Order: sequence, then structure tokens, then C-alpha cells
Amino acid sequence: MSTLAQEFSKGIFKENPTFRLLLGMCPTLGVTTLAFYGFGMGVSTLFVLLCSNIVISVLRNAIPAKVRIPAYILIIATFVTIVDMVLKAFVPDLHGALGIFIPLIVVNCIILGRAEAFARKNNVGRSIIDALGMGMGFTISLTVLGIIRELFGSGSIFGVNILGTSFQPMGLLSSPPGAFITLGILLGLCNFAFKRLGIE
Amino acid sequence: MNLLAIIFVAILANNIVLSQFLGICPYLGVSKRIETSIGMGMAVIFVMTLSAIVTWLIYNILLAPFGLAYLRTIAFILVIAGLVQLVEMILKKTNPTLFQALGIYLPLITTNCAILGVAVLNIDAGYNIIETIIYAISTGIGFTLAMVIMAGIRERLELVNMSGFVRGAAVTLVSAGILSLAFMGFKGIVTL
Repeated sequence: MSTLAQEFSKGIFKENPTFRLLLGMCPTLGVTTLAFYGFGMGVSTLFVLLCSNIVISVLRNAIPAKVRIPAYILIIATFVTIVDMVLKAFVPDLHGALGIFIPLIVVNCIILGRAEAFARKNNVGRSIIDALGMGMGFTISLTVLGIIRELFGSGSIFGVNILGTSFQPMGLLSSPPGAFITLGILLGLCNFAFKRLGIE
Repeated sequence: MNLLAIIFVAILANNIVLSQFLGICPYLGVSKRIETSIGMGMAVIFVMTLSAIVTWLIYNILLAPFGLAYLRTIAFILVIAGLVQLVEMILKKTNPTLFQALGIYLPLITTNCAILGVAVLNIDAGYNIIETIIYAISTGIGFTLAMVIMAGIRERLELVNMSGFVRGAAVTLVSAGILSLAFMGFKGIVTL
């Protein structure tokens, strides 16, 4: 049994959903044109993951094993609908920018993966810690990717101009190919860094 | 929009994988060999078309008239999950050859975000039933095309001598980026 601190930090480093497990790639590539969009997507996913982990952990003895996947999907879809409506009401700009990727949080493999691999076998406390760690790992990855693409694609970070007015924006980085290439390079660098730091 | 434009945009100009980022997980996961990517592509075309028709009917007959549009996500994902199970069972009984070919890919499809994505995009775009069918089939063909090209590239990449840090997902993503750049060229032909 690992300690709670290890349970929390594994989602951020050792089992980072984006850079180590390659889960949830669609929103990772699709929404990170600006740092704020990446952050918003990360927090939305974190909320859904936290709520679904809690509910599934509470109901883990009540859900029959044979129908567990549809039951999990139903629970997750409920929270996704809540997020969809809340974002639409309070941050319509973000809701418009994330668009199709909000309903698609349902099929984000990270959430179903944690339900299947963790929440159905562990108590509520540990499931909350696990969801927070994984969710934060995902949020950090998306925000980092968003910062890089926004910095070179439009010269700013979170909408604040950094590189000055003389900077020529690199349009490639905010276009779809830029998403693939940036993530590919980051992934290579991460593999290198993890190897050097001795984290396997 | 006329049907020809829908086909062209869905397959090339606005390819589901390379410019809309849907279905990346199977795209990276199953594109190691050309044969498997064709099998996966066929399964996707089949399920995508079927689920697009069923979700369109459910939305326009059951949800929208009764003001239940907010239940869209829940209803769609349950229908798709059920549909995949049903297709799997029917194929197993009636067409074992096709089941052999598509069977192993079917369970993977439930969590393929392209299927749910197309169902939602159809509704957002306000397509009628004919446009929905055409859009779903062309999107599936676009997915298959992107996947087969990628599999061809990856079969050659395996023979290349490169650093262990970039081998695998990293180099695949960069190649996908270059492929996506090539597909961007089609955007100039039509106005989206």
C-alpha cells in the first residue's frame, strides 16, 4: 500500500496521463491553442474525474460487475452534462472555444480508466487523492502545452503579451499540425528528462 | 451545403483526425500495420454511420421536441455503447466472416471519441438525415485514409535507426503533424 503522498504525486509525474500514459490525446491536441483553453479543459476534466471517482468509489459494492462499464459511463456522462451547462452559463467564451470537446469528456480514457483501475477497488479517501493527482497532472500538461503554443503562436501567455510587438507570430504552432509537432517534441524531451532523473 | 462539398470537406479538407483531433487514441494505437488499420477503418465506417443515423433519429424525434436537448450527451453515449454491443452480437450470429474481420476492433470503438463526436457534430451542424448519412460515411472514409497513410509511414519508421527517446509515440506524433500539414493544403480548395 503506497502512502497518500505517493498516490497523489504519481498522477503528476510517474503516471502522468498525457506524457507517460498517452491518454486523453484528443482534448490535449484539440484545445491547447491558448494556455487558458488548455487550463479550462484541464479543470473541467479534473472536476468530472473527481466527482465520478467519488460516486463510483461509494457505489463500488452496489454496482454489479457485469454492467459496471455502462454504469460508469452513465455516472460520468451526468457530470459532463453538469460541466457543460455550468460553462455555458458562466464562461460562454470558454464554452464556445472548447466546443465539441466538452461533451467528449465522457469518452476521455483517463476518467473511465481511473474508474476501472482505481475507484472501484479503493475507498473514497484514496479515490479523491487519486483523482486530484491525475486531474492535476492532466491540467498541468495541457497548460504547459497551451503556454508553449500560445507563446510562439501569438507571443503572449494567458492573453498577456510577452514577446513584444516586434515578434512575428509563428502561425504553424496555433494550427493543427503545430499541435502534433509540439506534443511530439515535448514527449521526446520528457522521455529524455525522465530517463536522466531515473524515473521509470 | 451540397452533398459533394460535405464529402470533400469530411474526407480531405477537415479530416476528422488530422484537423479536428477526434479519434486520436485508436489512430496512434492501431496504426502499426496496414492490414489492422484497414480493419479498424471499416469497423469505424460501419459503426459511425449506424450510430449517426440512430442518434439523429433519437435527437430529432425524442429529445428536441420534448425540450430534453440537455440529455444529449448521456443519451448518445448510452445508445452508442448499446449499439456496439448489438452489432457485435448480430455479426457473430449472422456473418461470422465479417465478425472475424471486425470483431476485435468493435469493443475499442465505444470509447472512440470520433463516433460520439460525429453524432454531436451532425446535430450542431443541423444536417438532415441524408446529409447526416453522407457526412458519417465520408468522415469514416477520412479516418480510414488517415490511418492507412499513417500505418504505411510507421511500417517504414520501424526500420529507421533513431534515438530511443523519440521512438514510438514521439516520432509518430511529429509524422502525424507533417501529414496534417499536407492535408491543410486541401483547405484552400473549398471555403469552410
